[in-house]
Amino acid sequence: MIEQAWIIAIIPIVAWLIIFLFAKALKEKVAYVGILAMGISLLLSVLTFSEALGGTVEKSFPWAVVGDIKIPVGFQVDPLTAVMLLVITIVSLMVQIYSVGYMHGDVRYAKYYAIVSLFSAAMLGLVLANNFFWLVLSWEIMGLSSYLLISHWYEKPEAAAAGMKAFITTRIGDIGLLLGTIMLFVYTHSFEFNVIAEKIHAGEINQGIVTVAALLVFAGGVGKSAQFPLHVWLPDAMAGPTPGSALIHAATMVAAGVYLVARAYGIFVATPYALFWVALIGGFTALFAATIATVMTDIKKVLAYSTVSQLGYMMLGLGAGSYTAGIFHLMTHAFFKSLLFLGSGSVIHAVHSQEMHEMGGLRKKLPITYWTFLIGTAALAGIPPFSGFWSKDEILLAAYRSPYPVLFWMGVATAGLTAYYMTRAVILTFFGQPRDHHKYEHAHESPPVMTVPLVILATLAAVSGLPGSPFLHNAFGEFVKFGHGHEAEPSSFVMIIAISAALLGVLAGVAIYGYKVISREKAIRSWRPLYLVLKNKYYVDEFYMAIFVRGTVLLAEIVGFFDRYIIDGLVNLVGWLGMQLSFLSGLFDKYVIDGMVNGVAAITMALGNSARRLQTGFVQSYAITLFAGVVIGLILIQLIGG
Amino acid sequence: MLSSLIFIPLLGSLAILLVPREQDRTVKWVGTIFGLIPLLIVAYLWGQYSYSAQGMQFVEHYDWIPSLGISYYLGTDGLSFPMVILTALISFLAILASWNIKNRVKDYFFLMLLLETGMMGVFVALDYVLFYVFWELVLVPMYFLIGIWGGPRREYAAIKFFLYTLIGSVIMLVGILALYFNAGLNTFDMLALAKHKFAPAFQFWVFLALFFGFAVKVPVFPFHTWLPDAHVEAPTAVSAILAGVLLKMGTYGFLRVSHPTLPEAAKALAVPIAILGLINIIYGALAAMAQKDLKKLVAYSSISHMGFTLLGLAAMTPVAIQGAAFQMFSHGLISAMLFLLVGMIYDRAHTREIAKLGGLFNTIPTIAVILAFASFASLGLPGLSGFVAEFLVFLGSFGAYRTFVIIATSGVVFTAGYYLWMIQRVLMGEAKKEYLGLPDITARELGTVVPLMIFTTLLGLFPSLLMDIMNPAILGLVAKVGGM
Repeated sequence: MIEQAWIIAIIPIVAWLIIFLFAKALKEKVAYVGILAMGISLLLSVLTFSEALGGTVEKSFPWAVVGDIKIPVGFQVDPLTAVMLLVITIVSLMVQIYSVGYMHGDVRYAKYYAIVSLFSAAMLGLVLANNFFWLVLSWEIMGLSSYLLISHWYEKPEAAAAGMKAFITTRIGDIGLLLGTIMLFVYTHSFEFNVIAEKIHAGEINQGIVTVAALLVFAGGVGKSAQFPLHVWLPDAMAGPTPGSALIHAATMVAAGVYLVARAYGIFVATPYALFWVALIGGFTALFAATIATVMTDIKKVLAYSTVSQLGYMMLGLGAGSYTAGIFHLMTHAFFKSLLFLGSGSVIHAVHSQEMHEMGGLRKKLPITYWTFLIGTAALAGIPPFSGFWSKDEILLAAYRSPYPVLFWMGVATAGLTAYYMTRAVILTFFGQPRDHHKYEHAHESPPVMTVPLVILATLAAVSGLPGSPFLHNAFGEFVKFGHGHEAEPSSFVMIIAISAALLGVLAGVAIYGYKVISREKAIRSWRPLYLVLKNKYYVDEFYMAIFVRGTVLLAEIVGFFDRYIIDGLVNLVGWLGMQLSFLSGLFDKYVIDGMVNGVAAITMALGNSARRLQTGFVQSYAITLFAGVVIGLILIQLIGG
Repeated sequence: MLSSLIFIPLLGSLAILLVPREQDRTVKWVGTIFGLIPLLIVAYLWGQYSYSAQGMQFVEHYDWIPSLGISYYLGTDGLSFPMVILTALISFLAILASWNIKNRVKDYFFLMLLLETGMMGVFVALDYVLFYVFWELVLVPMYFLIGIWGGPRREYAAIKFFLYTLIGSVIMLVGILALYFNAGLNTFDMLALAKHKFAPAFQFWVFLALFFGFAVKVPVFPFHTWLPDAHVEAPTAVSAILAGVLLKMGTYGFLRVSHPTLPEAAKALAVPIAILGLINIIYGALAAMAQKDLKKLVAYSSISHMGFTLLGLAAMTPVAIQGAAFQMFSHGLISAMLFLLVGMIYDRAHTREIAKLGGLFNTIPTIAVILAFASFASLGLPGLSGFVAEFLVFLGSFGAYRTFVIIATSGVVFTAGYYLWMIQRVLMGEAKKEYLGLPDITARELGTVVPLMIFTTLLGLFPSLLMDIMNPAILGLVAKVGGM
């Protein structure tokens, strides 16, 4: 199977085509097409994974040739790809099964399934590609899919705007990736990751060039993985259907940026400076987004900022030098975050609201959702032995062992905040008294088609950390590693700090929202300026709106005005002067070039009455200009050629 | 065979003259059939085309006025053959899109076929006199098509178009005559003159003259203002031809005439040309963003996209030229598609004002979805042809013009900006009640855009379909001019 792994990406494309072409005939049966395709892809991914344990495969074929330059098409299956294939197909399959219930009766049910298939195909293609060109191609198809998915309910202005914002914001990063790709090609004459890495490793490329190229490539990751300062699109993207969010924000799209850094790790390790920036941006984003998540009251917004934060965590791991930790967290996060999104979807499905202040006490009404959500929370908060604990611990360990201790403390603070805001979310949603009785009364547990995926994902969220734990001899790290890999020496200090931070966060959450030991209102009042800054997400959106969006529109208006009144004004002025002149020349042309006029007039005759309504005399102008031109030409020739 | 591409449309136009004026349907059928035949011939030629041969293919060479060195000389190579394909395709689709013309049908179809003759002639002529005759021949039907079947300000737009391109072509004629006299070979043979080595100072001035003639057609900033007016006033099918084929005559002029014939000047002026290309890209995109009329937005996007061709041309590497030539073809497909769709929307909503439109996804879904497709193609979505062109231009120009390429990439963001903003305002949102019940796309209309969609996708996924045709000619050109 591993030799034909590319088929895994083709199957959902076929599904997309079938859904697209037969949407009307199939109606809601399109779901089965998508699910069947993803099921097959999952099966093949499992086979591929098992074969990848034995060794990697890479294949390349020429795709387009220009002069001596060849653009290849090819794929590889190495441990990184094998893991990604599994993660993507599992999450996508769960999302699609869940959507049968969640999207039932949607106005654009078929379109939704078509996009989800395309989305999955793009992400699968992305992790299979063995070169930058096809990575960029899949990357942008994913950008398109996310745009379509986010603006799925485009009748709502905020959904339409969010789709556009996502596409344009990520595209700013994409330009970096594009330029980085081109730059690497110019210096290495290759698009293929392995060839580029080898040439850099051999020291053939100037260090400064490598650093710039790596930072450019990283810019692409910053956009797609919603890292500061391009994080703004992700929270708005919540306007899309919730299962779509689960797909975008767990296994595809946002994971692509982290994957990109991992895939191009051969470039990054050659330049400590770039790697430092990856870690710094990652660490900063992790902390920054976590603080915002603590004050959000929309359950999806909490999860959205949590996603931004956790992606920062992955970048931090990669930047701190642990390839394995970054990928490991990418995997565990994909499971528990898709679980949490789908869980929130189940809640939203039940109460028709995303505001946590309108929920409360739902654990009795939605027992399965509650228990699975709790497991997801434990995993995200880093409570042992759930999956997030193991992967977070590895990242913190890498940061701890890195030359910059500040990265470690950023990670610790984020871990504490994460535990806090998730505890808060769980309590507000599932505990206490119902705050909106009408909504509470009508709430009911979701159908099995939605809860079964929750249970499966909860199982994975619980146990998927174990391959990276000492219980299984760190099997994950043995399989997914960069080069020969180097195990950071375990540290009980790091583990104790990580557990303490998580517990502290949980305790704080319980104290404020559970037992109300500390009054929430009082805290907000005494910390009002800080609260407002967080509530307004540090005013980044407002700043971008004022500077970049309005600035660009203003610039466009200026150009439009300049074009219309200055440039075209000049043109019209010249035209007017010409008309004055042609009056004089009219006399001239009557006598001098009569013959030419007759010649051209013949054409006019042929056109019959076509010319009737147009200004006559125009044809004469044509002739005279022609004549004048030839005269000038002959003079010029004399001047230059003589 | 190439002669037939020129003369069959001409024959068709004459045939139309014989049809009685009141028989509109017959006129339309005659026009369509005579538009289809060249397309079939081109398909046949494509099958016969040799991908490996250097130089011209399907050559026809007869003396015409031997005393002056004028001959009837036709041929095609990797630079012109894609343009021949494009001309045949777009012309046919434009004729098909013209079936809803009600006013003076006979004259209209007569002019459309005459226009095709002129365009074909420009791309296959290898003699300067012939080239110039066809070049001017294009002008006349275009002038009348805009001036008679256009919108409210059609006369202003037609005259502006005519004057602009006329002045351009007269100055171009000066350049051509200068080449003829200076070389002293007593021949108007384009290939023979391209082999002649002209003095650098002479090259410089003649290059400028030719450049002006071609630049007006492209159009290059600041000679572009005829384009938005012409587009807005022109009937739909004429806009499609204007953007799809006519603009490419300008860039084809660079590739066929000025660059190979005056390589020293092309090298000396490469940086200014690159800067103009850059201005086209950015300025065109920003101006597009400011437009309130949907058709004007598409017109300015043409200016922006033709800038990529200029940038690639200036870089003079095989990859960059490949990108430039690919962009010519790709933009021809995509812009024609955009104009056809805008026309369909206008026919139904009777407005092109972006602020008045809205919610079209829910009222005329098929048209709206195809417009979204064309927009994404135009903004360079990978998997479609526009991306290949832009990518090759960036890749090929990066070595020579790093800074320019970096600035040009910002144009890609602006482009995404104005298209997505347009989609948001025109296609998304609640269905407006005044547009409820509008008929969606008809089978004939679908027939005009589906071939373009197929080509756009095919070339995006398999660009070598076109690149393999262009490669030998481009390598030949770069060998002469390149080495920057």
